[in-house]
Amino acid sequence: MIAALGLVVGILVGLVLQPTVPPELQPYLPIAVVAALDAVFGGLRAVLDGIFDDRVFVVSFLSNVVVAALVVYLGDQLGVGAQLSTGVVVVLGIRIFSNAAAIRRHVFKA
Amino acid sequence: MSVPPGGPPDSPPGSPPGSTPDPSSQPAPEQAPHRSVSSPDEPRRRLLRALVPRGSRGELLAGLLCAVLGFALVVQVRQTQEADLGSLRETDLVRILDDLGERNDRLESEQAELARTRDELRSGTSAREAARQAAQQQVDSLGILAGTAPAQGPGIRLTITDPGGALSASTLLDAVQELRDSGAETIQVDDVRVVASTSFTDTQDGVAADGTLLQSPYDFLVIGDPQTLDTAMRIPGGVESRVASAPGARFDVRQLDEVLVDALRVPETPQYARPAEPTATP
Repeated sequence: MIAALGLVVGILVGLVLQPTVPPELQPYLPIAVVAALDAVFGGLRAVLDGIFDDRVFVVSFLSNVVVAALVVYLGDQLGVGAQLSTGVVVVLGIRIFSNAAAIRRHVFKA
Repeated sequence: MSVPPGGPPDSPPGSPPGSTPDPSSQPAPEQAPHRSVSSPDEPRRRLLRALVPRGSRGELLAGLLCAVLGFALVVQVRQTQEADLGSLRETDLVRILDDLGERNDRLESEQAELARTRDELRSGTSAREAARQAAQQQVDSLGILAGTAPAQGPGIRLTITDPGGALSASTLLDAVQELRDSGAETIQVDDVRVVASTSFTDTQDGVAADGTLLQSPYDFLVIGDPQTLDTAMRIPGGVESRVASAPGARFDVRQLDEVLVDALRVPETPQYARPAEPTATP
């Protein structure tokens, strides 16, 4: 409940404030967002599985974001930032899909 | 919602065979036993239960993270929508710059080619136009000479009245020759255009020009210098005196600022003569 509320509040704040992304963060924000989305879907699945734990969610959320940003940063330093970003997005996308499939099975029994 | 006895087991919830286990989901061992007692609609109850705030610190933290996620999501979407070059990587920028440079080169060469084509077309058009004008001018002057085009200009009107038919064709021919000698450019007698091949013949009924019988008074319309023509007509021993010597004939010349010669002659297609090749001409 609080998480959903927080999501809504965050979206509203973003809409109201309309901030600009600092240039040094620009390559990492999209990856971080995708990673966080992955964590949220994993958390939702865990809720439906009945194994949700706040602490695990927070840790997985933060580690997902940090690792994703770190990988992209490393890729940028190595000169393969664009390719590595694509790779990270693909991997996270696959995980989001599998989590969404699990959630779907729970909710729709199909 | 009743659970059929042989209902699907939900012990592997969301983990179909072959699917990768999700490291980011939270397989907390201490919560695993719940799974064995869950029924098919258990997830919904869990969902509802999860919606009830417990106020724990971890939950608040999760909410905060979700808020950050929502915020970042909106910011990123907005950023992408108004994406400009500033948000691109260096390599991408270099690639874009290269593309632009190539495109610029291509467009420049294309522009040069088009400009060349345009110049060619323009000069071709003007050359064609000049040639057309020259040809038109030639057509006009040749038409006047050949009597196929009407002409106008200053000149005289020469009227020879000969009710008795005392004048012969040679007198009229002399008059025409005299007019030509004094610079007449276009001559029309009655309705006959006088050209190089025009003939004056005596017939039983009178004088015929190019086969057309002329009726007195003979009305000459002449384009040329009016003063010169007038003087030439009245020269002693000239046309005037010859006409005056004929009984009953009268002679009259009037200078006009504008004479319209509109009698036309149908050009004859030469039967034998044809244009010589330009190279054959020495």
